[in-house]
Formats: sequence, C-alpha cells, structure tokens
Amino acid sequence: MSPLRFTKDHEWIRLDGDLAVVGITDYAQSQLGDVVYVELPEIGRQVERGKEAAVVESVKAASEVYAPVSGEVAEVNNALAADPAKVNADPMGEGWFLKLRLADPKELEGLLDEEAYQRFVEEQH
Amino acid sequence: MRYLPLTASDRTEMLAALEVDSVDALFDDVPETARLDEPVDLPRAMGEIEVERLISRMAARNVAAGSVPFFIGGGVYRHHIPAAVDHLIQRGEFLTSYTPYQPEISQGTLQYLFEFQSQVALLTGMEVANASLYDGATACAEAVMMAKRVTGRRRAVLSGGLHPHYREACETYARFVGFGLSAENPLSGEDPARLVGRDTSCVVVQNPDFFGEVRDYSGLARVCHDAGALLVVVVTEVLSLGAIRPPGEMGADIVAAEGQSLGNALNFGGPHVGLLATRDTLVRQMPGRLVGQTVDAAGRRGWVLTLSTREQHIRRERATSNICTNSGLCALAFTIHSALLGEMGLTQLARRNHAAAVSLAERLEQVPGISLLNRTFFNEFTVRLPRCAAEIVGLLADKGVLAGVPVSRLYPDDDEVADLLLVAATEMTTTEDMDQLEAGLREVLS
Amino acid sequence: MNDWSRAVSARQADDSASSETFTGNHGLQIEEALIFEQDSPGHCGVDLPELEPFRSRLGGLERQGTIGLPGLSEPQVVRHFTRLSQKNYAIDAGLYPLGSCTMKHNPRLNEKLARLPGLADIHPLQPVSTVPGALELIDTLAHWLKTLTGMPAIALSPAAGAHGELCGIMSIRAALEARGDRRIRVLVPESAHGTNPATAAACGYTVDPIPADATGRVDRAALEAKLSPNVAALMLTNPNTCGLFEREIIEIADAVHRAGAFFYCDGANFNAIVGRVRPADLGIDCMHLNLHKTFSTPHGGGGPGSGPVSLSASLAPFAPLPWIVHGPDGLELIEHKTGPAEKSFGRLKGFHGQMGMFVRALAYMMSHGSDGLRQVAEDAVLNANYLRARLADDLSLSFHGSCMHEVLFDDRFLKDTGVTTLDFAKALIDEGYHPMTMYFPLIVHGAMLIEPTETESKASLDQFIGAVKALAAAARSGDTARFRAAPVHTPRRRLDETAAARKPVLRWRPDPQPEGGNKPLSTLQGREGGARRVAAGG
Repeated sequence: MSPLRFTKDHEWIRLDGDLAVVGITDYAQSQLGDVVYVELPEIGRQVERGKEAAVVESVKAASEVYAPVSGEVAEVNNALAADPAKVNADPMGEGWFLKLRLADPKELEGLLDEEAYQRFVEEQH
Repeated sequence: MRYLPLTASDRTEMLAALEVDSVDALFDDVPETARLDEPVDLPRAMGEIEVERLISRMAARNVAAGSVPFFIGGGVYRHHIPAAVDHLIQRGEFLTSYTPYQPEISQGTLQYLFEFQSQVALLTGMEVANASLYDGATACAEAVMMAKRVTGRRRAVLSGGLHPHYREACETYARFVGFGLSAENPLSGEDPARLVGRDTSCVVVQNPDFFGEVRDYSGLARVCHDAGALLVVVVTEVLSLGAIRPPGEMGADIVAAEGQSLGNALNFGGPHVGLLATRDTLVRQMPGRLVGQTVDAAGRRGWVLTLSTREQHIRRERATSNICTNSGLCALAFTIHSALLGEMGLTQLARRNHAAAVSLAERLEQVPGISLLNRTFFNEFTVRLPRCAAEIVGLLADKGVLAGVPVSRLYPDDDEVADLLLVAATEMTTTEDMDQLEAGLREVLS
Repeated sequence: MNDWSRAVSARQADDSASSETFTGNHGLQIEEALIFEQDSPGHCGVDLPELEPFRSRLGGLERQGTIGLPGLSEPQVVRHFTRLSQKNYAIDAGLYPLGSCTMKHNPRLNEKLARLPGLADIHPLQPVSTVPGALELIDTLAHWLKTLTGMPAIALSPAAGAHGELCGIMSIRAALEARGDRRIRVLVPESAHGTNPATAAACGYTVDPIPADATGRVDRAALEAKLSPNVAALMLTNPNTCGLFEREIIEIADAVHRAGAFFYCDGANFNAIVGRVRPADLGIDCMHLNLHKTFSTPHGGGGPGSGPVSLSASLAPFAPLPWIVHGPDGLELIEHKTGPAEKSFGRLKGFHGQMGMFVRALAYMMSHGSDGLRQVAEDAVLNANYLRARLADDLSLSFHGSCMHEVLFDDRFLKDTGVTTLDFAKALIDEGYHPMTMYFPLIVHGAMLIEPTETESKASLDQFIGAVKALAAAARSGDTARFRAAPVHTPRRRLDETAAARKPVLRWRPDPQPEGGNKPLSTLQGREGGARRVAAGG
C-alpha cells in the first residue's frame, strides 16, 4: 500500500492497486460535526483535480469534497448512504468516499505528505 | 408614542451610560450630506382612533365579496372559515413568534408544521411535503427549477391549462437562469405529451385546469417517465383534492399547489400559502423549510427544522433556492381548518362545492346564448357568452353581482377568449345568489 | 460525541430538572399528541348539512379510498392548538434579541384593520371599479415607502425579503440586458446574509465575495479592485450585518456607478436609519424593505412576510407586475406588459402582492408618523448601544466604537471555559429569553448578534443585561455543567438534529415505525403494541 497523500482542502488519497481511494481527513470530519448525508458521483464520471467530486453534509454545514487528482470514478462507497456516521467514526478507513482510475499518476507528487499535512493543520490554529 | 416605551429620563440615563450628549452622536458614521435634520414630509403620529378612521374609509370604498352574489374564482376561492381558526392563529405565541430555529422553545410551531406537512402529503397523495412556500405561483416556479436540478435538463413544457400567473412566474424565474420554456396556446387543446422529448425536464399541467377541466394525467405521467422527464401537477383549488383523484395517484413527481382555500381569506390576493410535495427520493432537491421528527435529550419525541443544508443560510450560492420565509401563519390556518374538517368534513365540503357548481352550470346552460365549455369540472367552469365577457361582467357589477372572471382579464391579447367567463360556486353560494346571477344574465343578454 | 449525547449524560447526573409526573405533563405544559393520533373517525369540527343526490361531473375521476385525515371535534381542536401555542416563545412573551430580525412589538390595531371585510374579503380579480379603496391603500403605502427611502418607484409584489432581493437583482439584470450589456459577476460581502449569494446565483450570476476590513465594514479597496466591466452589481447590506453603518457608502456607490454597475442594498436593517437617512441619498439604486421587520407586520412563526423593493429611475421601468399608476381617471391597475409597464420583467408571484401585510404596515406607519418613525430609529440605536456599553466588559465586542441598531459579540470571552456560543445561548433560554442570533455573520468566530429593537423598555433591557452578565460570570467560573445541560426548563431539552437529518421522518404515517433505542413518546402514551389512540388525549 502506498503512502497517504493530502490536500490543503483536507482530502486524503492512497493508491490501492491501480485505483486511488479518496476520503476526508480526521480534521475535516471533526470540523464538520456529525455527517448526515454524502452525495457521491456516478460511476464513470470524469473528475478534474481541484474540482468538486462529492458533497458531504453535516447538520450545520455542507462542504464540497474536491478531487485531489484527475481521473474517472471507478467505485463509490455505497455504505455511506445507510450509515453516513462512518465518515466520523473511521474517516481514514471505512469512511472512504470514492475510488478513482488516475488520469496522471504524477499528479500525486504535487500533494502533501503526512508530515506536511500535519504541519498545515497545526498552522490553522 | 404608545409603542415606544423609552421615557425622556430613560434616554438621558442611557446616554449618560454611553458618555454621549445626544443620540445624534450615535449616527456619526452617516455621511453628512445624507443626514436628515427634520422628519420626512409625511403626516405626523396619529392615535388609534384616527388611523382606524382613515383605513376604514379606504375599506368602505370596496365591495366585499360577502356583501353580494359572488362567483369569482380564477385561482383564489371564497370559502367559509370556521370561527375558531382566526382566534387560534391570533394567539400571541403563534402570531408573534419567529422561525423555529431554537426548537426547544418552538415545539408549538414545529409540531403544527409537521402536521401541516402530513396533511399536504395525504391530500396530494405524495410522499413528502415541505412547510409551505409563498403561494401557488411561486411553488410552481420552484417546482420547475427543482425539475431542472433533478434531471439536469433545461426545457420545461407548460401546458395551456396552467393558470397564466403561474406560467408567468415560471417564465420570470426561467428567464434569468437561462432556461428554455415552451408554453402552449390555452385553447389549442394540444396534447402536452406530444412535446415531451429527451431534453425535457418536466411537463407542468394543472388539475382542475385554469378553465376548470378535470383530467386523468396517468398517461402523460408514463410518457414523461419514459423520456426521463418529471410530471409536475399544479392545483390551484386545494379543496378539489377532497373529491378528485390526487396527483400522487396519477404518477405526479412534484405537486405545486395553492392552499388558500383552507383557512385563508381572499385578502386581495395575499398572503396565501404555497404547497410543494414530492417523492421521498427527490426530497433533498426540494426547496423551502422542512420539519423532521426526532427525540430530545430526555428521550421524548420532538421536532426540528431539518435538511437545512439545502437552504440559503448554509449552502449560500449553492442553495436549492434563495427562500428564507415560509408562509407560517397561513400554513397554521390551513392546518387548523383541515383539523376541524377532518376526513368527513373535507370530503363533504368538497362534494358540496361540486354540487353547487353542478347546479349552477345546469341553470346557466338554460340561459339563451350561454354554452358550457367543460366536459368535467369541480367548483369552477367556463361558459361562452354571446359577446364580450368583460363588458357583461361590468354591467352585472353595476347591478351588484360579481359574476366571475372574464378570461380576457388574464389573456387580454387573445380574441378567441374574449367571450369566455370563468364561474365559480362554493359552499357559500346560495340559491338566491344563483337566482340573481341567472336573472342578471338573462336581462343583460336579452 | 456530539452536543446531544453530552447533554444526556449531564441530565442523568442532574435529578432536579426531571421530577417526573405520572402524565409527563408539567403544570401548564401539556404533552400533546399529533392530531393524527387523536382520530375519532366520524367526528368533525364543522357542521355540514346533508346533501341532495346530484349528478357528478367529475368524469369518473372521483377520489377513491380515504385521504387519511383524522376527525376531531371543535373542543379537541381548540385544545390541541392552544396547548401547542403554550410551547412557543414569542415577542408577546418576552424580549427576542435576534440580530437582523427586528423583533419589535406587533400592534393589534394592525390585526383588527387587516380583518375589515372591505380589505380581507375582496378578490384580486374583482372588477377594479369595485375595489378603489384597495388601490388607494396600496398607493398610500407606496407613497410612504417612497418618501422614507427617497426613491421614485417601488415594486410591491415580492412576498418576502428574499423574494425582494430576487426582484432587485432581476431588475438590474433586465436593465443591463436592455442596454445590451452582458455582465456576469455580482460582488457580495463575506458578512452578507446567505440569501444574497443565493439570490445572485438564482439570477444566473457568479458571486465574488468581498472581505471585511478590521473595523467590520466592507473592505473598500478590495471592493474597488474587483470592479470591472464584468460586474453587474454590488449587493451591500447597510447598516451591515455587524450592526455597523458603512461609512464610505457614498464613495462606494460612486465607484460602482463609474464601473457601470448597479448598487443593490439589502434593507433588512432599515430600522436603524428609518426617518433619519434616505437610501436614495446614499447612491443606492434599489433596496428591499422587510415589512415584517422594520414595519412591524407579525413574524407568524416564520411568515408570511412582504419585501417591497424601492427602485431608482433607471430601474423603475423594469419593475415586476402589477403596477398601480396614477391615470387620468384615478388609480389604475396594470397587470400586463403594456403602456408604462411594457418593459417590466414580468411577474414574480400570483396576483397583486401581500395585501394583508400592506394594511398592517400602513397602520403602523400612520400610527408613528414621520416623527415617530424617526424616533423608532433613534430608540433602536440607543437601546443597542446601551446593551453594548453595559455588556462590553462581560462579553467580547467584535468591533470597537458605537454600533447601530444591533451589536455584535464573538466567543473570545468563552475561550478556555469549555462553553461554546451554542451552550451559552441554550443557557440563556433557561433564563427566560430567546437567544440572540448565533454564528452569524460568518466573519467572526462564534458570533452573537443582539438586536433589542425600540419596543423594549429600559427595565426590560436591564433585566436582560443582568441575565447575560450572570451567565458570562458563570462560564468564566467554570460552571460548565449548567451550560452543557441547558436548556432544562423548556418543553423539550436539546433535540437530536443529527438523527433528524440522517433518517428524515418528515410526516406522520399510519403504520407505526419500528423504533430503535429511544421511545418516541412518554410511557403513558402507550406506543408499544401499535396503539394509535392516546389515553390522555383531549
């Protein structure tokens, strides 16, 4: 399993075979509060790096989830429809949002590694 | 001044606490050129007696519907409102409360809105309804916008039987969001099903339609769904749902309606109460407020505003609509009236309305020169007169009878409809009223 | 753990708030079931005479089966809604310090006059010759509003403030289209109410946010930097949502106009300046008014409202239908795009506008007069500043200097107390007050926006100040349990909004739903076994 990468919008991405799994970070879920609904894209949709790929809603806020890299949506986490709380309980694991078939794997290199992301989060305070 | 509790000595004390000499100091940020030194040129304060006199004088210049034989409908209907309704809505806790954003101290409002949503869903035969919109016309416009969001398509088809004000509101909303709307000519009788294509977001029909005709739209629903479009059914006379198969049973995807007939007076056209209902799968695309059931910290059932993330105060520019208010007190009046009527009362009342209209139509058909256009109707129908309907209505008004709506009032440029008159009868219409209308028409047409 | 589950734990530790009764009722607070749960089939709260048989003309489309509405007698219905009303806070009951909502007293004279048959029992499609008094009333209201705003025209049909915003932006877009000018951006301050960007988007515009400066006012340099031939309009609230008057508004208006754009003003806060400042003198092109804020029409639990829009001469030709104009033979109602209204952008809703609210607003304005309305603004501003001065040491004031009709605090004073703005507000409920506006505007953290209005006496303000001071002291002294558990004295404790949104239950359904975990009703109401009747019902 490849290392985790992060964006400044608090998404994480990790290669799993030839697909990349995308979710939101623990920091993001704690800022949002209890997640009540997740709007996931259709399979086959083309997403662009930095553009909206999904929407995550809590009681008081709705946030766009941006694609960390460009690609095609290969799978979405349908379990979130019945149990959006997974995003809060296990944001880095069972709370994953979608899997992308990468258009350009080199785009991963432009993202933050874990250390850089932690520093970024600390600077937010 | 009776509504201003601060006394001169209060003001002095408070200014002292602020360490300023006069309240003018608190307006220092106003640019000098914009400061008004004197009150504007309007009358000075008046006491209750005088305000009442002035406004009563204006009111007295109008012919109140209850004072004459009255047959006007056209999207607003005169019904009896039980005495209890107006007393209950004037309780201060209902009248002077705000939107229920603090649910712990708004359970009264939240519970009645939950009951309202349930009543609207039951009446329309749909799965879910919101807590009301401004009126039927804006509800219709919002339904069209909703269909665009759901289908991703830009072309809506508005049938010729849709109330012209509703069509115009849809056109206004659509115009500014770069949308394509097709509308049909009102009397062309063109089947909207023939206009449905793969680029159609929705078809909007009205039942009973603007001319009073009642139809089964199940076939149209199938055509729409086969093409991936939604069927929007508009109801301007909500009481008709007590007698007619509801849109939910005809395959409607969205129902936009006017609820004024239950609990709300004519009020010269406002405030009224818009109803919006849809299927569970579309609820997240539905604009307006929604009340949902939940429990509190002590495990007791209660209600809250929910799914707010669709709304303007959270999604801002990504909101489903810019709507902030619902029609609160008018929705309460609807809820109370519906509660008083209940199953039996509402169906009885609807039958009574239909019976009155049937009786009136039979009488008018006997008047030489008048022909009934409708095959079916609920409490309003269209007759063709031998000549200009607006002129006849004017003559009858001079005789103290408000005979109905000349269709030309809403379609002034269409010569084909100049002879058409919409006539409504409700539970308020007496035999004597019908006698006077019939007599008046016979006289004017002879 | 969310706020709700924290509150449950707190409650279990605190017995005094839950001395349980057998019925679940607490004195005057009655547990009231839904009307659907009090159904007596065959009961009815109205009397309807028997019908003679007649030949139906419904074309075989009669409704089959039942609707599903419950039957109740009139006494039951009256009792039901009376009990519901007793669970509501209201202006009639106490101070309602909601910032930007202007919760002033709703005079009952207005209710009486709105119900005169000559105003309530008239139909919008009656021959116009039978309703001259209605046109006169509307025209009189228009005259008062035009004089107070200094603007030459007013569109009266919008049904609410947000609807008025739509009207204003649509007028601007229509005006730009008429001069062949295609601009696609609208500037909106970050402090603006959410309806502003939503409105701009609804009209097909892209929204450019403008930050605030250190004084809480819009950053004029940032604003001017964003002006371009691509900008259609600026939407500015004045006084703004921080309760501050935009000092540089005339310079901003000039810059907007030099760029060929229009200046829309959100007039929600007009109560601060009515009778003392005219928007026209500030360079504004259109401004909506909220009759249910500044002009006292009742909030009714969320509506109905009325949002007329005052318009400059350049925007007036595009105003929505209908128009009431002075013709050669008196007042005329123009319902179509003809004559002077041929460039109107069309209709925003059915019929003529919120007549019921027009009557109430006019009665209010006449009662105050031009002198009284000026006093309204002065007292509103004085009351807000009095609160500011007396609470500045207890709470954290977001911006220095005097405010207008509302004062903005933020949650810095709660730092390290473990108490949030939300908790503070819930504790205020227990003290007998509706909380202030919370978490708005977004430009400060944990905002608390307080607007007392002019209809609060000094004694009422002093009581409120006392309550807030006590709570602030309690928060600082570490009394977090009070805040976490609050409210405890209300008909319901904190409600689980997460569950409401995850598994929406948006209507009553005839079949009992299986409930996991929590029982939805108190034990006396016997939900187990699927019983629908309530033993203790009305």
